[in-house]
Amino acid sequence: MTSHAYNFGFLDEYAKKEVRRAILKAIAIPGYQVPYASREMPMGRGFGTGGLQLTLALIGPDEIVKVIDQGSDDSVNAVNLRQFIEMTCPGVSTTTCTAECTLLQTRHRIPELPLTAEQIIVLQVPYPDPLVVVESSENKRKTMHGEADYSRLLVKLYEDIVKYDEITISHRYPTRINGHYVIDPSPIPRWDVAKLNNSAALLLFGAGREKKIYAVPPHTRAEPLVFSDVPFRVEDFRDEAGQRRVCARCGCANSFLDEFVGDAGNKTYQCSDSDWCDEQLQRAEQVQGVAA
Amino acid sequence: MAYVAIKGGRAAIDGAAEAVEFMRAGSTGKEAPLQLDAIEQQLRLLVSRVISEGGLYHPRLASLAIKQFQGDTLEAAFALRAYRSTKPRLLETPPQDTSRMRCIRRISSAFKDIPGGQMLGPTYDYALRLMRLELADETPEHFRAISRRFLAATPEAQLPATFPKVLDALRAEGLLPPVAESREAAFDITREALTFPVPRSAALATLARAETGSLLGIAYSNMRGYGDIHPTVAELRVGYLPVMLPHPVTGETMEAGEVLITECEVVAMYEGNAADGPPTFTLGYGACLGHNETKAISMAILDRALQKGMKDGAANPSEDPEFVLLHVDGVDSMGFCSHYKMPHYVTFQSDMDRLRTTQKKSKERV
Repeated sequence: MTSHAYNFGFLDEYAKKEVRRAILKAIAIPGYQVPYASREMPMGRGFGTGGLQLTLALIGPDEIVKVIDQGSDDSVNAVNLRQFIEMTCPGVSTTTCTAECTLLQTRHRIPELPLTAEQIIVLQVPYPDPLVVVESSENKRKTMHGEADYSRLLVKLYEDIVKYDEITISHRYPTRINGHYVIDPSPIPRWDVAKLNNSAALLLFGAGREKKIYAVPPHTRAEPLVFSDVPFRVEDFRDEAGQRRVCARCGCANSFLDEFVGDAGNKTYQCSDSDWCDEQLQRAEQVQGVAA
Repeated sequence: MAYVAIKGGRAAIDGAAEAVEFMRAGSTGKEAPLQLDAIEQQLRLLVSRVISEGGLYHPRLASLAIKQFQGDTLEAAFALRAYRSTKPRLLETPPQDTSRMRCIRRISSAFKDIPGGQMLGPTYDYALRLMRLELADETPEHFRAISRRFLAATPEAQLPATFPKVLDALRAEGLLPPVAESREAAFDITREALTFPVPRSAALATLARAETGSLLGIAYSNMRGYGDIHPTVAELRVGYLPVMLPHPVTGETMEAGEVLITECEVVAMYEGNAADGPPTFTLGYGACLGHNETKAISMAILDRALQKGMKDGAANPSEDPEFVLLHVDGVDSMGFCSHYKMPHYVTFQSDMDRLRTTQKKSKERV
């Protein structure tokens, strides 16, 4: 049996065109989930096939691509996706440097470094619909979105406050785009939600298994769903004494931290964004060098 | 201060690939590799399952996928699907006439005898499930003699090339509604996302490439009591269907090849007709690539259940199009199940933050 050569970007050109049309519609209607005929990719549904189809439909030969998972370029899934892109898109270069990339595919994080108008960020999405927590029928949810009827979501938030005195949604925080559609911003922590608002870069969301594409266009309002008297709160990285924890590696005190439990039960914290951590470390070393 | 290494993903993936390849080769270092011919012929029901769930009639590639993924049907079907998605759609197949099938098996449980006769063919239905211990040490000579013996004992042209459809007889008697001529083009699930409500052709296409176990599970819920289809198998047939395609130049339909398929038509409880006609039995239709009777029957039952649900509203899960059609695909469901093995530590960090905060607050309240 002969081996079969694959097209540039794996997908056939018709499939890419279809994805691009869906992207254009998604940009035109900020936050609206555009259905598309998601193709099967040679990695598991749930491993970023939606994001990957966006990336492969957008990628050109001059592209500089960065892939992260949990903020890390070297996470197993990020490595896997990057290798696949390198294999199927000859000529495309890849980088781990956030500032350098033109196209960034990510799962669960938005980089700490603000992105620019020259960059596109593609987020991998497991559940595209924020209403799924209150309504299981997609047909009914579609009507609710059309009518901007998010009352049941607000009731859920209210019930949380009554029961726990806190909104318990940790990640995938429902976020209203351009004053109408509420999106599931993918499983990014609450820490990253503010980065959606008025972003210079185009944010694209791809849900492969659920066959939906949606977008937060540049310079568009993105507001987490809250009450006027209950502020939106991001993850709290203060220790018992109320001190902000710092990264054990680079010393950064304003990044999202991963928690590590040592064999002795001791805890250490490190930047989740590995490129950010490297940058801070380099900067600190330069400062030290100058001081010496 | 100690910190955790942030590199190592690539080496880990490479190591995993080597380990799984070692498992494929077997630990003794003495195994002979599986030949694709052997898989295609001797594991034909496995191949059937993979081509139907993969949605691509390519027994050879299916055999390769079975070999490569060490017998995992979900993974093998998945590989076939991913291969398929790199190929453009060249044309739309016109509806195929299954009465032209070269049957290897056809039965009806609705009648004692049917025009053309009941033909059991290759089935385990009435075989005793006793372990045939002699197969453990089968010699090549004995194995090869089986087909020689069988073919020598079967006279040529003993059977007709095609059989009439059982449903035609029921229809002629007025027990079934007349065939509704559908002018609508069939919904292509590989080119359009399902947006509910979906046409029946979209439902049938989704069921046809669904995972066998998932279909059986939901269909069984209907059989047992979460539903009341009470089907009778009017006809179940397995065989080679000539695939008729338009000639690229003349446009005339011509036979391009044939595919092995399983087809099942079930007749269910009657209901009144919309057009004031007399009541008739209702129908459920199932068909899939390859030889997979459990799947075809499950599909026929679910087709009937979904038609009922679309008409009267879903009274149970098997009648709910969203519930059934969005949860039966093997590639989707297996992929999402597997994805839980991926790192989720950022979201878990976020979860811990919420729990710790609420725990703190609940302590403060006491």
